[in-house]
Amino acid sequence: MPLRFAVVVFPGTWSDGDCQHALQDILGQRADLVWHTTRSLAGYDVAVLPGGFSYGDYLRAGAVARFSPVMEAVQRMAEAGNPVIGICNGFQVLCEAGLLPGALLRNDSLQFRCVPTYLRVEAADTPFTRECHEGDVLRIPISHGEGRYFAEADVLDRLERERRVAFRYCTPRGEVTPAGNPNGSLRNIAGIVNERRNVLGMMPHPERAVEALLGGEDGLAIWRSLVAHAVAVA
Amino acid sequence: MRYVAEVRVMLRPVVNDPQGLTVRGALHQLGFAEVANVRVGKHIEIELDAPDLAAAQRRVDEMSRKLLANPVIETFSVELREAPGT
Repeated sequence: MPLRFAVVVFPGTWSDGDCQHALQDILGQRADLVWHTTRSLAGYDVAVLPGGFSYGDYLRAGAVARFSPVMEAVQRMAEAGNPVIGICNGFQVLCEAGLLPGALLRNDSLQFRCVPTYLRVEAADTPFTRECHEGDVLRIPISHGEGRYFAEADVLDRLERERRVAFRYCTPRGEVTPAGNPNGSLRNIAGIVNERRNVLGMMPHPERAVEALLGGEDGLAIWRSLVAHAVAVA
Repeated sequence: MRYVAEVRVMLRPVVNDPQGLTVRGALHQLGFAEVANVRVGKHIEIELDAPDLAAAQRRVDEMSRKLLANPVIETFSVELREAPGT
């Protein structure tokens, strides 16, 4: 049985088609595009908040989308223990909604960066990374102007203590250094999970690294982890 | 009664502001060597109806906390006045 993914679409979302393509055409799962006015995600196994510019990024990235009707359903899915993955703008929405701590600020370069990045897997015990090993280096592209992760020092300490940093930006050799950091994120943080480890936010786009034709397949590890997780908990 | 609220949203001091640093650099290049620091924020004007000034203040504070500012990274302040012609 394929998993049922709800790919949430806000006005201004742009990576919904890429997520659907990755999930359906490459991974053989079922992925429905779900409009933001939907109030129920009953029957779905996983919620995906894709990248884009919901509501034009007006005010702050994700600030308006978080009040969409669908977000209450996303929150219920998270509370029920289902995996929720927010990518790029989806990460921003999850932070604005308070499902993840911190915020994403304008890149320290002030540039929109659309480049491949290297991610060191920091925690392999999440539904999103169980097919990886800690220390693995994944090559996955970013595409954002506001991806600089910020949280207070005590929040960062807690994330690290609880091993909730899923990915850090690194060099191709896996060194977590300023040279590997494309946006000035504190402590090179590229992705984090919630306390329960079933909500992931990440700035890089794993749906854009699923075919050699696209320049790499490293994003598959994240999608395959979700499928393996569903089999394991079934 | 109609009021005009001016909401000023600024990044918290602990948050690095690359926009401000860039503007400071530009001002230095233009010869304004005396510029020590620049921070860039947002200015939002809201016209609203409320029974009195205190009620308007409460509503705008609520709007600011809920949507206009993100307390993780920003602070806000509100200035209120009666709208012209009311």
